[in-house]
Amino acid sequence: MKLPPVLHALALIGMAASGAPAMAETIAITGATIYQSPTQKLSNATIVMRGGKVVAVGENVAVPTGARVLDGHNRIVTAGLIEAASTLGLVEVDQEGSGNDGRFDSSRMVHAAYRVTDAFDARSTAVPIARSGGITSAIVRPTGGLVAGTAAWLPLDDQAVPRAPLRDDAAMAASLGHQALANGSRGYAIANLRELLDDAATYQRSKAQYERNQSRTLLASRSDLEALVPVLAGKLVLMIRADSEVDIRAALALAKSRKLRIAIEGGAEAWRVAKELAAAKVPVLGDPTLNLPDDLSALDVRDDNLVVLDRAGVDVIISTLGGASNARTLRQLAGIAVSYGLPYSKALAAITSLPAKVFSVGTPTRGTLAVGQAADLVVWSADPLELSSNVTAVFINGVEQSPASHQEKLLQRYRKLQP
Amino acid sequence: MPVTEYKHHMMGIRRLRLLHLLSIGVLIGVFGSSCGQPPKKPVAPALDVAQPWTDPELDGNQQRSAQLRELTAATTNPAAPAYVITHATIMTATGEVFAPGTLMMHAGAITFVGPDSASPPAPAGAQLFDGTGVVVTPGIIDAHSHIGVYSAPNGRGGNDGNEMTAPVTAQARAEYGYAPNDPQITRALAGGVTTALILPGSANLVGGRGFTVMMRPARIADEAAFPGAPPTIKMACGENPKRVYGDKGGPGTRMGEYAAFRAAFAEASEYERKIKTYSRERAQWLARRDRAAQLNAAWKTKSTAPGIKGEVGPTPPARDVKLETLAAVLRGDVLVQVHCYKAADMAQMLAIADEFGFKIRSFHHALEAYKIRDMLVQRNIAINTWADWWGFKFEAFDGIPENAALFTEQGGRATIHSDSAIGIQRLNQEAAKALRAGRATGVPLTDSDALRWITANPAWVLGIDSVTGTLEVGKRGDVVMWSGSPLSVYSRPLRVFIAGEVAFDRAVGAPLTDFELGNSARDRNPQESSQP
Repeated sequence: MKLPPVLHALALIGMAASGAPAMAETIAITGATIYQSPTQKLSNATIVMRGGKVVAVGENVAVPTGARVLDGHNRIVTAGLIEAASTLGLVEVDQEGSGNDGRFDSSRMVHAAYRVTDAFDARSTAVPIARSGGITSAIVRPTGGLVAGTAAWLPLDDQAVPRAPLRDDAAMAASLGHQALANGSRGYAIANLRELLDDAATYQRSKAQYERNQSRTLLASRSDLEALVPVLAGKLVLMIRADSEVDIRAALALAKSRKLRIAIEGGAEAWRVAKELAAAKVPVLGDPTLNLPDDLSALDVRDDNLVVLDRAGVDVIISTLGGASNARTLRQLAGIAVSYGLPYSKALAAITSLPAKVFSVGTPTRGTLAVGQAADLVVWSADPLELSSNVTAVFINGVEQSPASHQEKLLQRYRKLQP
Repeated sequence: MPVTEYKHHMMGIRRLRLLHLLSIGVLIGVFGSSCGQPPKKPVAPALDVAQPWTDPELDGNQQRSAQLRELTAATTNPAAPAYVITHATIMTATGEVFAPGTLMMHAGAITFVGPDSASPPAPAGAQLFDGTGVVVTPGIIDAHSHIGVYSAPNGRGGNDGNEMTAPVTAQARAEYGYAPNDPQITRALAGGVTTALILPGSANLVGGRGFTVMMRPARIADEAAFPGAPPTIKMACGENPKRVYGDKGGPGTRMGEYAAFRAAFAEASEYERKIKTYSRERAQWLARRDRAAQLNAAWKTKSTAPGIKGEVGPTPPARDVKLETLAAVLRGDVLVQVHCYKAADMAQMLAIADEFGFKIRSFHHALEAYKIRDMLVQRNIAINTWADWWGFKFEAFDGIPENAALFTEQGGRATIHSDSAIGIQRLNQEAAKALRAGRATGVPLTDSDALRWITANPAWVLGIDSVTGTLEVGKRGDVVMWSGSPLSVYSRPLRVFIAGEVAFDRAVGAPLTDFELGNSARDRNPQESSQP
C-alpha cells in the first residue's frame, strides 16, 4: 500500500519505536495482578523491565524515573506462554508444499540430523497470530518417521533480522506406534529405536574406524548418528510421541536401561502409567481435549487423563501438539484442563514455567516473572485462561510487540464494507 | 399385441372387456344377416381384440417412497415424564433471560418457561431439579458434523463420509453411512449437543443428502433421525473436489468445478423436464381414459355409439436416483448446504443458484463471508463458521476470528459449527471465543447473540427452528443444564435433555456405546475413572 508522505514518516517513527531502541527502554506495569510464578499471585503489584529482563517485581516496587508506565489496574500479568510442541515457523499452510517443512512421511525412518533451526521462518504469518494468544516462545519440532529431528526453542517476537534461538537443540523428536514405520509395526519401531541408539553409541565409540570405513553398516547416516549422541548422554531430551500404554511402557524401559532423558508427547493412555512416569520423572505433553477412542491401540482414553497424571506427581505440559495456525488456543486448552479438575496453578504452569523447566539446561531463564528472568510477559484484561479475556499487550525480551498480523489487517480492511 | 400381454392388461379393466365382447357380438349379428348372398371377395374378419387402455406404469415395480414424518412429531414424546427446573438462570436464546427462572417440560415439549415468580405449580409427579447456580440453555445444534459417517475408531472400517467415486453423487445419503453407535456421539452429547446435521464430506461437488440426527446413541440410523427434519444436501466447491478428482478425470480446477456443477444441474433440469412432460401426458391420458369409460358406459345403455378405442399411456422416464435428488433441489424441496471458504467461490455458487433457480440455505466454513456479508445477508443466506480456525489450507488463509460477529452485525444468521468430533464437544466455548473477538472490535453483541450461534441459528439452517433451537412453550424439550455460564471455559453440562428425556447426566457419565463395552477406560476401570 502506498502511504501519503506524512503517514509514511509516522510509520517509520513507529517502526523505530518498536525496534532496537526499545531494548534499552525501561517499562513499568503498575497496579496489576501479577503471577510472578504460577503459585505466586501478587495483587496491586508492579513489574519493571529493562534490558530485556525483569529487574523488579513486587507489591512495593517503586517505578524508576524515566520509565514508561503502563497502568495495570484491572489487568493480569503472566509470563509469556510457551507452546511446547509446535510447528510454528515450519508450517505456513498445511496443504501447500511450499508452506510446509519438517513433516516427514514414514518412508524414511531416521531424520535426526534435521534441525528446526535450519528451516524455522520467524516471519511466518502464523507467528504474530500465535502471539495474539499470548504465546511468546515455542518449542518447534518436526514430525514423521521414527526419529524426526532436532527441535529448537524459538522466540516469537517480531524479527526484522532473525534472532538466535533460545535453544538450538531443545529436544530430539521421535515417535512410537503404528505410524512410526512404513510397515506399521509398533514392536518393530521399538526394536529399531533400540538398534539406532546402539548404533549411535557404536559410532560415538569408534568414530575413527567409522571414518576409515572400518565399521559395520549402521542404521543411519553419519550426521543422523552424530545428532543422536547428545541423546545418549542424557543431555538432549528424547521427546517421544506415544499414545498407547504399550508404547509408553516401552519408552520408559528404553529410558531406564540407557539412562536417557525422555518426555512423552500425546500420552492418550499415559494415565495408566502415571505412577511409573512420576517415578521416572518423565514429563507428559498432552492436549486435554483428546478423548476419542480413535486409535485401536490406545482405547483407554479419558477426559481427565492429565488430571490423573498430575495427581500422581507427573509433570504435565499442555500443548496443541503440533499446532501452527491454532497455537493461540493454548490458553483455552489450559482452561479446559481446569474444568476437568487440574488445579489452576498447575494449568498455568503447564503453559509457562513447566515447559521452561523441561526444555532448559540448568536454571530456566524464562517461564516465570522472577527478577532476572527474560521479560517475556503478557498483559490480560482478565483471567488468562477464560475465553472472554483479551490480550492487551505482549512483551518479548522486554519489547512490546505490535498486534499487527495478516488477520488484524484483514479486519481493518473489512471492518466497514466499502460500497 | 401378444395375447398374454393383452390378457394381463384386461385384468385391470374388466368392465371394458365386457363392452368389447358386446361390440364383437354386434358385428357377428351384422354379418350373419347377409349370409344368403355369396360373397364377392372373402372379407377378413375384424380383429376381435380391441386396443385396451394400457397403463405402462403398472409394468414397473411399484415403488413406495418412505413414509415421511411431520415435523410436529418432534415435539411429542409420550415416554418423557414431567421435569421442572427452578431457580436457574434461563437463557432462552430468544433474547430473553429469566433469572431466577423456571423451565417445565412434559411429554417431550416445554410447558412453561419464565421467571420463578410467574411459575405455575409443578405438575403432580414431576421430577424437580433445583437450578440454583445452574444456567439453562437450549440444546446445542451443530450444523456441520461428520460423526457417524467418520466414526471412531479411526480407520477404514468407519470411513463412510466421502463417496469419492464420482464428483456428483447426489444419490448418496449420510443416513446410509451413519453409525448410530459411534462413541463420538456420547462425547458430543456430554458437551450439550442435542441435534446435528451429519453431512457427507467435501470431496465431491455434490456429496449427497445430509442427515439430521438427535445426538444420542441408537441401534439403527432411523432411531436417531430427527423426526420430520426436512431434507438437506451437501455441496462443496474450491480446493477439495479438484484435489480429489484432479487425477481421476476431473474436475481439476475451479474452472472445471463450476462447469461440472452447471452440467449436473443442466442434466437435472432435463430430467425434471422429462418428469413434468410425462406427468402432463399421463394426466391427459388418464382424463381421456375416464372420459372413454363414461362414454362407453353411456353407450352400453343406449346402444348407439361404437366403443372408444383404447390408447397406450405414456411410458414413465427411467427413474434416476441421482438426478431426482438434484431435481428436488431445483424445485426448492431440499435445503442446500454448500461448503465454500472463499468469497469468490461463494459468489460462483450464487451465480449457479441464480442460473438454475434454486436457493442456497447456508454456506459452510465460509471463512471469507465477512468480505461479502452484504451480499449474503441480502439473500438471507446463513453461514456456518469456526471461531478461530484458519490457515490449514490455502483457501482458509484469510479466516479471521471476527467473521461470525461481523456477519451478525450485518444482520445475518451465523452459526458456529464444528466439523470436528473434538470441536463439537465444546461449541459453547467456540461461540464464546467468537463473541470475545467481536466485542474487541466493537460489535455490540449480547451473550444471547452468541448462544443463538449454536442454537436458534443452526436450527434455522436445518429447517427445524419451528420446533427447537430456543426455549419457548410448545417447543421440544432439547435442553442443557450447565454448571455455570456456557460462555465460560470452566463450565460443563450437568444434564442434557433430548425431547424432554434425560439423555446425559454428568453424575452418571455418558452412556457407553456398544463398542466401549469391556473395551474402554470407563468400563475396564470403573473405580479409577469416575468422572471428575
